Amino acid sequence: MKAYLSVFRMRFIGALQYRAAAFGGIATQLAWGGMEILALAAFYRANPSAFPMEFSHAVSYVWMQQAFLTLFVVWSWEADILSSISEGSIAYDLVRPVDLYGRWLCQIIGSRLAKALLRCSPILIAAFILPEPYGMSLPPGAGTLLLFFLSAFLSLGVVAAFSMLIYISNFYTLSAAGIRLMVASLADFLSGAIVPLPFFPDKIRAAAELLPFASMQNMPLRIYSGNIVGPDIFKGIALQILWLLILFFAGRAAMGRALGKVVVQGG
Amino acid sequence: MIALKNITKTFRVAKRQAGFGRAVKALFSREYETVRALTDVSFTVSDGEMVGYIGPNGAGKSTTVKIMCGVLTPDSGACEIDGRVPWKNRIAHAREIGVVFGQRSQLWWDVPVTDSFALIRDIYKVDGKKYQKNLDELTELLDLSEILKTPARNLSLGQRMRCEIAASLLHAPKTLFLDEPTIGLDAVSKLAVRQFIKRLNAENGTTVLLTTHDMQDIEALTERMMLIGKGRILLDGSLAELKTRSPDPAASSEEIVAALYKEYGI
Amino acid sequence: MRLYLKYFAIHLKSQMQYKVSFFLTALSQFAVSFTAFLGVYFMFARFNAVDGFTYEQTLLCFSTMLMAFSLAEVFARGFDLFPQMLGSGEFDRALVRPRNIIFQVLAAKMDFTRLGRLLQAAAALCYAIPKSGVVWAWDKIFTLCAMVICGSIVFFSLFLIYAALSFFTVEGLEFMNVLTDGGREFGRYPFSIYGENILRFLTFVVPLALFQYYPLLYLLDRMQNKFFMFTPWVSLVLLIPGCAFFRFGLRRYKSTGS
Repeated sequence: MKAYLSVFRMRFIGALQYRAAAFGGIATQLAWGGMEILALAAFYRANPSAFPMEFSHAVSYVWMQQAFLTLFVVWSWEADILSSISEGSIAYDLVRPVDLYGRWLCQIIGSRLAKALLRCSPILIAAFILPEPYGMSLPPGAGTLLLFFLSAFLSLGVVAAFSMLIYISNFYTLSAAGIRLMVASLADFLSGAIVPLPFFPDKIRAAAELLPFASMQNMPLRIYSGNIVGPDIFKGIALQILWLLILFFAGRAAMGRALGKVVVQGG
Repeated sequence: MIALKNITKTFRVAKRQAGFGRAVKALFSREYETVRALTDVSFTVSDGEMVGYIGPNGAGKSTTVKIMCGVLTPDSGACEIDGRVPWKNRIAHAREIGVVFGQRSQLWWDVPVTDSFALIRDIYKVDGKKYQKNLDELTELLDLSEILKTPARNLSLGQRMRCEIAASLLHAPKTLFLDEPTIGLDAVSKLAVRQFIKRLNAENGTTVLLTTHDMQDIEALTERMMLIGKGRILLDGSLAELKTRSPDPAASSEEIVAALYKEYGI
Repeated sequence: MRLYLKYFAIHLKSQMQYKVSFFLTALSQFAVSFTAFLGVYFMFARFNAVDGFTYEQTLLCFSTMLMAFSLAEVFARGFDLFPQMLGSGEFDRALVRPRNIIFQVLAAKMDFTRLGRLLQAAAALCYAIPKSGVVWAWDKIFTLCAMVICGSIVFFSLFLIYAALSFFTVEGLEFMNVLTDGGREFGRYPFSIYGENILRFLTFVVPLALFQYYPLLYLLDRMQNKFFMFTPWVSLVLLIPGCAFFRFGLRRYKSTGS
């Protein structure tokens, strides 16, 4: 456990070093979120009755999405892991007395948490200060907030476990970058990164909600905004746990096989 | 002719902080320090001369070369190469000089070496006949005929360096700057490169300035060497002069230079 | 120009060395912009129009924007990857060669995998051209071409400014993405939907609307004034500060080397 903590601490310090990068990122995400909301507002004006969420819910959804962007998007890759796979320095990792799957998973989670913690507060403050109807609102109640945290944590786990599968596939493929890009863009789309799931056509939406991608940012963002309420929250969280377990065990098994291959080839 | 007079150059570098608390602090304020890369550097190199430029890492060798190539502008001082100020008329200057950066490649990684050469010919606007003549000569002297059709990624380091040097000479420059041309090469390639540089200097009268860590490069190639440390020229003279400075006549030139580094505290 | 074609040939030859990887990456570029298209499609499946623009009319906007962007990305990739060129010393090499420096950076990198995006844009455009209700007379065709060509030059200018900034710092340049990637992403809808202030900003400060919104109005006959045919050409003034700023950054680079 201590080894994991120190990995996390290193990540956090690493992320802190890039001061200007953090400021630049915050400015980017504020502008990006603002534009998203203005676009949604235009659609709302065009036909309020066709709007599938309450407008204030959609606003909260977008701001929370921007504030915790690095926590939930699939495309945020770990350069260290990628290079250790492609350049073969993985041999060093194998001699360390820590289980590699756990170490990498921890590194992914730590890195995402560090970046998100560094960036979220200015975005959240700005989002709360903004006037109606563009400002963010608090969740319906304290209970919802707690459930949001739980769901956000599970979501981070699902994203990390899913991206582990992609990293592991890099052991086998030649054009790793192309595949990563493709999988990430499809996964992000299906998790509601471009258009929130409620805006999907009904049949597609029903199918998409069962996929593991819906257990990523879709669930916590909709819980926070108040779009999902009551027993649906618990159903959603149960689905998140299920996907987390499936992806975790699939990842461990795949990692074992991939490492076996590396050892046989002599690294 | 190369003439540098009182060249001074400083850089500003941000300090990186270690530790958690300092990293947080650095978010809001950051400290800078000024590094003096070159202080009062003056020397002249005559046409057709060959000079070795040695010094430990970070002494200012590459900075000097970059100033002479027109990549960097100095803070103060004057530099003229055949009457041109390198940083003032970059394009006219670039046409007359050749540069080899030993640690970086100018060849296109995935295509045969000849394709890279043909593109460099067009960049330098070398006309067809002159190019063919230069290429034939370089091919023979550097023994490239076997490897010209190979993509650069498949060449060994020594083969690649030979191609790099040829690439920098396709336009037959009057002056050649070599920044660590023998770094990382095996013994055979080192010898081949040295032999070639020597011939180029002797037969074509090309002015050559090369930086190196390797005292054997100096011994094999140059009459004259300049020692730079902490941004200052410490010694400018022949290898023989250097040897007379050592109390131990049996000391190798490497040992003498190591002793000098110690003496100057670098 | 002849030299540019030589560079073009050598890049093409290099990238064709890895055919599988090339096609997979191109395909993934296609997939990325396909999700953007799906987003538009899903929104219009629910709402018939936004700010008076129909689905087909919006697709005109989407495809010209994407096309302009991907052309800039294929050919001006050197500026997009400029921090890496600085870091690897490739830029120093360019400085010791007797050619215009902007030309050399432009020629140093070309990424043909980005044609995947262009393909997506072309497909959307082919669908939108007959369905958008525009009567395609010569003036409309001229305007459409101007939207794409001037658009890609504007994106090129933005890349140029990005490269100029990286002479000063390599950190924090992410905010430029709001203008480049953001311009592409948000430009899938006519810029007027974001409200007057944004439209004004995108007209007078970063002139993305000049090659998107105004000529679109002309295409759709919402504006008869011939001036709107030529607004894309006005947007090219961005090249002037772009080049000037790059020159300024270059002077600083030469004196600091950082």
